[in-house]
Amino acid sequence: MRHALSETLSGLRRNLGITLAVIMTMWVSLSLFGAGLIAAQQVNLLKDEWYDKIEVTVYLCTAKLQTGGNCDPGQDATQEQKDRIQEAIERNPEVEFVIYESKDEAYAQFLDVFKDSPIADSLTLEEMQDSFRVKLVDPQKYQGLVSQVQLMRGVQKIQDLHQILDPVFKWLAALQWGTIALSILLLLAAALQISTTIRMATFTRGREIGIMRLVGASNFYIMGPFLLESLIAAMVGAVFASVTLVFGVWFVIIQNAQQSLEAFRWVGWTETWISVASIFVVAIVLSIIPTIISARRYLRV
Amino acid sequence: MIKFEEVSRIYDGQTRAALANVNIEIDKGEFVFLVGGSGSGKSTLLKLILREFRPTTGRIYVAGKDVAALPERKIPALRREIGMVSQDFRLLPGKTVFENVAFALQVIGKPKSLIRKVVPDTLEMVGLGDKSDRKPDELSGGEQQRVAIARAFVNHPKILLADEPTGNLDPETSVGIMRLLDRINRSETTVVMATHDWAMVDQMRKRVVELENGHVVRDQARGIYGARA
Repeated sequence: MRHALSETLSGLRRNLGITLAVIMTMWVSLSLFGAGLIAAQQVNLLKDEWYDKIEVTVYLCTAKLQTGGNCDPGQDATQEQKDRIQEAIERNPEVEFVIYESKDEAYAQFLDVFKDSPIADSLTLEEMQDSFRVKLVDPQKYQGLVSQVQLMRGVQKIQDLHQILDPVFKWLAALQWGTIALSILLLLAAALQISTTIRMATFTRGREIGIMRLVGASNFYIMGPFLLESLIAAMVGAVFASVTLVFGVWFVIIQNAQQSLEAFRWVGWTETWISVASIFVVAIVLSIIPTIISARRYLRV
Repeated sequence: MIKFEEVSRIYDGQTRAALANVNIEIDKGEFVFLVGGSGSGKSTLLKLILREFRPTTGRIYVAGKDVAALPERKIPALRREIGMVSQDFRLLPGKTVFENVAFALQVIGKPKSLIRKVVPDTLEMVGLGDKSDRKPDELSGGEQQRVAIARAFVNHPKILLADEPTGNLDPETSVGIMRLLDRINRSETTVVMATHDWAMVDQMRKRVVELENGHVVRDQARGIYGARA
């Protein structure tokens, strides 16, 4: 073990330039990779919040919310109106199912979603609306339902979030996959750098390695320093990338986005730690695998 | 100690066998000269003993191990039973004589205390007791070969292979190296020495195995270099 450590240190010193290159490539690529993961989690978070639950929401009149022209002045939608609306929705062949959500439920859910946010205080129960949440068989075919229901008495407004969110999510997904693809390219570059480093090292230390093999040094003894060397470079890169990521999350999300764009849920430290853990896993895998492959190739017994 | 049974070796991309249907049996403690021209298969034979590659056909037993069937992870254990000396010494130029010999023990994980005890004894045995702090480039060719022999022998292997150990040395120095190998042989170590040095072979009167185009053409106890039976 002592041998491995001292050999590793001298190896790192000998290949300082290329080691730094590996560290920097790892740093940038792992940062991008982590950012991509966080972006993916952010998108999922938003999707969970908006997408899966509601596709079309039919909001009903309340005493406070009367705009739209279908409300009886000054009062909530009546039970009779609700029954008729529900019947109409249920009869529509495009509808998969419909859920009635009272304003109490809506308020409770709102409080649950924003429990850690100052936004929780911004709405009162009275400002919530009873609604029908409609899941469509095909989310693209919302138009029939809208025209069927929008003029019924008691309907305050119809909201189809798909229309608003689709383009946003498309762009976010493109961004997130672009980031991850770019990071994978860079990670491949790092892996190639590692295998080149080892090939060079086996040339400069060819005589030594030859003697080791001849006198029966174990494979691990010969490969150990190389493994440690690339592992250390990758770990240093991973630490830098993690710091970058944590700082980025803190600055972009905790300090800014969460303050100025309160209406959305944002990723927090849990998601950040998941990304950091993934960064380390990827760093370990991407340093050990090319090392073993090239060592097997160049250090053959 | 070493046994070849119908061993052939054909290198990749070649049709002619570097070694063809070789049968040799070498007992524990024997001294064997391997003679023959360049390309006759001497080096191939030594490399097969070291398991640098497998034979194309046939079986090889070294120190009780079926070498051809030996899995890769067991090669280091095999090589710890074999010492190898080559024509070009293969010393590490940055290390002293002591360090060069100690290296062979370090890399197989021997403790420092043992290294400090064994290396000076071995250097004493090869006649370099007073030169342990020198670097290889401060030594003569004969002295460098003694360091290489010390390194090969320091772990007391059962077998010592020597591939033209005197090939780069003048006759007088060669005699010294030859005496050293003879002494190692007397300590129950099996020695196989590939050589071109006919004077040496004639003088020693040991077993001679002659190879020609990969075939054993002579295997003679107490032989001489040139005498084709």
